[in-house]
Parts: sequence; structure tokens; C-alpha cells
Amino acid sequence: MAKFSHAILEKNVVLLAIATLITVSIGGLVEIVPLYTIKSTIEPVQGVRPYSPLELAGRNIYIREGCYNCHSQMVRPFRDEVERYGPYSLAAESMYDHPFQWGSKRTGPDLARVGGKYSNAWHVQHLVDPRSVEPGSVMPPYSFLLRRRLGREDIARHLQANRAVGVPYTEAMIAAAYADMVAQADPEGDHDHDALLERYPKAAIADFDGRPETLTEMDALVAYLQILGRMVDFSKYTVKDLQQ
Amino acid sequence: MVAVTAEAGPDGSSAAGDTARSPDLPAYNMAVVRQFTLATAFWGIAAFLVGVIIALQLAFPVLNLDLPWTSFGRLRPLHTSAAIFAFGGNALFATSLYVVQRTCRAPLWGGPSLASFLFWGYQIFIVLAGTGYVMGITQSKEYAEPEWYVDIWLTIVWVIYLLVYGGTIVRRKEPHIYVANWFFLAFIITVAMLHIVNNLAVPVSWVGAKSYILWSGVQDALTQWWYGHNAVGFFLTAGFLGIMYYFVPKRAERPVYSYRLSVIHFWSLIFLYIWAGPHHLHYTALPDWAQSLGMMFSVMLWMPSWGGMINGLMTLSGAWDKLRTDPVLRFLVASVGFYGMSTFEGPVMSIKPVNALSHYTDWTVGHVHSGALGWVAFISFGALYFLVPKLWGRRELFSLKLVSYHFWIATLGIVLYITSMWISGIMQGLMWRAYNDLGFLQYRFVETVEAMHPYYVIRAFGGILFLIGALLMIYNLYRTIRGNYADDQVAAYEASQPAGAGAPATA
Repeated sequence: MAKFSHAILEKNVVLLAIATLITVSIGGLVEIVPLYTIKSTIEPVQGVRPYSPLELAGRNIYIREGCYNCHSQMVRPFRDEVERYGPYSLAAESMYDHPFQWGSKRTGPDLARVGGKYSNAWHVQHLVDPRSVEPGSVMPPYSFLLRRRLGREDIARHLQANRAVGVPYTEAMIAAAYADMVAQADPEGDHDHDALLERYPKAAIADFDGRPETLTEMDALVAYLQILGRMVDFSKYTVKDLQQ
Repeated sequence: MVAVTAEAGPDGSSAAGDTARSPDLPAYNMAVVRQFTLATAFWGIAAFLVGVIIALQLAFPVLNLDLPWTSFGRLRPLHTSAAIFAFGGNALFATSLYVVQRTCRAPLWGGPSLASFLFWGYQIFIVLAGTGYVMGITQSKEYAEPEWYVDIWLTIVWVIYLLVYGGTIVRRKEPHIYVANWFFLAFIITVAMLHIVNNLAVPVSWVGAKSYILWSGVQDALTQWWYGHNAVGFFLTAGFLGIMYYFVPKRAERPVYSYRLSVIHFWSLIFLYIWAGPHHLHYTALPDWAQSLGMMFSVMLWMPSWGGMINGLMTLSGAWDKLRTDPVLRFLVASVGFYGMSTFEGPVMSIKPVNALSHYTDWTVGHVHSGALGWVAFISFGALYFLVPKLWGRRELFSLKLVSYHFWIATLGIVLYITSMWISGIMQGLMWRAYNDLGFLQYRFVETVEAMHPYYVIRAFGGILFLIGALLMIYNLYRTIRGNYADDQVAAYEASQPAGAGAPATA
């Protein structure tokens, strides 16, 4: 045997534990820490903003129902994916996502750019009964979303928690959170929609589920789906601009 | 080369923990091992059953029932967590607490009450996590879905686990720490590190379940897959290699093939595994350098993985004939074979051009199950069949013939599962990128979904076979524990024991 004898570690559990901890720490440190220090990790593009309160509530329903189990939100830079879904995804587009929703499986199609592709009515019908619009689909039906009131009177606290982990919600956004949430799903009501759009550009303002009397979970989920992939205006960028 | 036996340190010191023969035996805590053993069997059935249900849901979506708590999106995490943490976790607790006592010749540190806390604390974690998923409480980070309050509870249980495990090693009467304990220790330490870092979150309120994870976007993605891949690497690999290093030599009654190989195996495996996470993020918005690093280390990882497989398989040198007569050993050895197969497939799939095809498809699901069913579950079955007669003071299992049926039914189930997912996964990937003569995408997405149907049916059938096999095991273990089985069983066992050599023949 060589001069160093493995017996030293085999006879001392504290040394063995420390040596193990050091050995398993190296890879993670080398790979993860530079993602915070190398600036080019996240491309400087314009348009990415925090989610509006209604979109955030919808995103939480997306997470709650486990949509990520079957839908990715990450278009890879391949010809077929760009043709099928749209421009490939940028790191910047999920910079305010706590947690990320890139997914790992496509039992259903990618949703990174689903926003604006289908009408609100299509989404509602598809969520209520997927096979009524797409007979070959294996997606579970989510008709209960239409029956459930959104509630979420505490939405301002959700914005605050997001701010605590680094999402740049302003005081004004937090103060207006509940009003903004209601306003986004009530286009006919007496709300300050201009202020909402100023805070959250491109937010889809609509009575998403066609039931103006109640703010439902369906409203929130469709509002979220309709912003996906629409924040960055890709006509302004070439591939060269985005190279890291 | 120094040989290491399952009971002695590399210096060949005396056999530890043979209850029957040592007069000055320490009072081992086998009660907690029995509890974890029963929990392993129970949660195994639960995990396989939910797996079968969600496999059928993909083939026949009407089974989602249009109810929130029975839809695929909520049940899939229930299945994965039940398989990994409930079934796999309890198997690791049972085996590690058994092995550490016997190879250290010391009872568990902290006494029976701390051990009992470990058992009930871990079961509470499982119930909290599982009920949460069904009610829609999830962080959405794969294999780390439980929310903050469950994460804190698990952290407490895990720290106690480390103390009990490490404390027992400190009390050992053997000069050397046996190799299985290195792997169990690395599993406990690394899982603690991964769990804490990946789950750092800010709760919305102290009385609510919802929290927002500290990391975002690309950093969150890599942190998650650093965790996710090493949940495989340390929970499902290092821990179960600890099982291999004790139970294969014990059942084969041969020393571990090579001590030096086990040293190299251990350090290279735990060093390289941690780097492999980025291969889950090929061609995503993760920077290229990180992807390439992840691919490189994933390919390198093939070497220690096969080093470990060779060390396990070659332990049977001179005892290969036992595979014919001992179905329990067959489970243990086949699991090492599956381990070798899936740790070859993994590096192949981590190569970027291969991953371009395989990622997002069911090929990945098939790959995971060749590891989960073939390696993790098979070695756990082998360990359960080994442990139950010992823990309940029976000479042998109720029926080795039933073990043999279990083995073949489960193997057939796995083969159906993984071949259907290979074929359909590759088909899916090829259909997504197919172009017609006019240069347009040939298939709508939904056509690729429809093409999956027959394979989803075959996969579900494979899963049902696997579940049936496990139910046979439950019956067999139940009859073994109940005891009083026919005396001819015992006679057959004794007849097959020619003076210390050979395993019992099938009754």
C-alpha cells in the first residue's frame, strides 16, 4: 500500500465524515456559484417583468395541479422546436420564477410560448374537457377550476414573499395587489386598467372564463397561460444579440 | 489484496454480530429494524399501486375522474415520493440500522427511544408529504415537492438519523468501519446537504403552507437538478450500494471481491456524482459550459458505477451455482445487473446529441424505472427476504418457491416496462422532429400523444405484473413472520445445508 493509508479514514468516523462532505461539496460549488457571478448567464433583454397578481395566483394553481409533470416551459434551440413552439427560451424569461417551471417531460406540448396562441374561450373549454377540443389528448379535465372562487385575499402577502426572495415588486404594486388582481379579470368594471397595464405591460385583461360575476381559479390560470412567452419582443433581437 | 468479509474489518478481525454464536453479545436494537422492515413492505405496495394507477391514467384519461385529488398531476408526485422516500427510504433505514449495529458490534446510539422517534418521525414525514400532494400542497420541485413545514420536519429527523448512525459507529468494537457504512454515511450526509440547500424558501405566512423558493430561474433549475440527480446518486445509489456491500456477501457467503476496488469505488463515485446534475438541462437556457461539464462527468461516472457493479458481481466468485438454488441471492445479483445496465444507459443519455432526442420523452421514464424497479426495488426485495427470517427468528422463509415466482413475474414486468418505454420514447422523439417532403413538421403534437397509447397500455401491464410479484412477497413475508409453517420446509432447509456450504434449495 502507498504511504497514505486509507485505514486512517476507516478508523475515524469524524475524519471520514469530513472527507466525505468535502468530496461531495466540490462539484456543486464549481457548477452553481458561477451562475451567480458570471454576468452573461442571464441575457440582457427587455420586457421581462414580475407576474401580475392574477398571473401569480394562476401560476400557483399551475404548480398546485402539477402541470409541470407533463408540460415543459423550455423551448430548446432546435429547428423543429422553434417551428413548433416559437423562439427558443432565454434564461432571462424565467429570472423572476420562484421556482422555475422548465419541466422535464412532454407528455403534453411545451407551454413556454403558449400565451396568445389560443383564445381565452379555447383555454377554458380545453381545461374543462380537453377531449372536446382535442380528441387525442390524455390530459385530465379541470372543470372544478370553473366552480372554485379564487379567493386569494392575501395576494399582497404573496407579492411580499416574492420580494423577499428578490422579485422587484414595488410598494405601489404591493399596495394595489388585490385591486389589480380583481381588475385584470373584470374589463367592464370600474377599475384603473391603465395603471394595471403600466405596472404589468402586456397583461391580458379579460373576463377569461365568461362568468363576470365571480373571480374563479379558471380566470387566474388562463391569465397566467396567456402571458407565457409574451413578455419579450423577439422581433427586436437577432440570434447574435442573444449569444452568451 | 485484502479481502473484506461482510462481518470483519479489512484486517480480518473477528466476525461481528452473529447473535447465535457470540455469548457476550451487545443488546442490538432489532425492534426498530423490524418496524422499518414492515414499513418498507407496506409503502412498497402503496408506491407500486399508485404507479399502476397513474400509468393507467395515461392510457385511459377518464380514470382522472375530473376530481382535483385524483388527477395525474397530483398523483404522480405521490407515486415518485412513495417509491423513493417511503419505500426506498424505509428500506435504507431498516438495512442501515441493521448493518451498522452488526458490523460495529454495538447497539444503536441514543437508545430505543431515539430509535423509536426516528421511525415515527420518518413515517410522519411521509404522511405529511403525501397528504399534501393530494391536497395540492407542493413546491413543484421534482422529488422535493414537500412544502417548507415538511422540509423542516424532515431536517430534524435526518439530523437525529445522522447522530444515531454516527454515534453507533463511534461506539463500535471493530477497529475498522466496514465499507457498507461508508456508503450509508455518505448517503446520510449528502442528502442532508442537498435537502437543505434545494429547499431554502420564504413562507408566505407562518400559518399557511405556501412558500416561495429562494432561488429563481436558471439558478433554481441547476440547484434543483443538482439535488434531483443526487437524490438518485446518493439516496438511490450510494445508500443502496451500502445494502449491496453487506447483503450480497452475506447471502453468497463470500467475502467482498476487492477491498481496493471498494475504496476506489467509494471515493470516485461520491466525487463524480455531484457534478452530473446539468445533464438534466441540456440545450436549455443553462449556460453551455455547465452543460458540457455535466455531460463530461456523467460519462466519467460510468467507470465507478461499473467498478461497483464488478465488485458486487465478482463477490459471487466460487458461489455462482447458488444462483440456481437461491432465489433471494438471485434478486440481489439481478439487481446489481440492472444497476450496471442503467448506469450504462445513463451516461449514454447524458451525451448531448443523444439527449436532444431522449429529453422530455418516455425514454427517460423507462431509464428511471430500469434503475428504480431493477436496482432499487430488487435489492430491497433481496434484503427483505434476507432480513425477515433473521429478525423474526425463523430459519428460512415460508416459501423459496414463491420468491422464485416473485422474481420471474417482476422481471417480466420490468422488461415489458422498459422495452415499451424505449421504443415509444425514441418514437416520440423522432416524431417531434420529423419533417415531410414539403419541409413542414410532419406531425401535430397530439398525433405523437395518440401514437403512445399502445405502449402506455403495455407499460401499465408491466407495472401490474410488478405489483403482483410484490403482493406475493407480502404474503410470503406474512407467513414467515406468522411462523408455524410445515416442518418439511425446515427439513428441506436442513437437508440442503451440507456442513456450512450451500444455500437452501427450493422447498
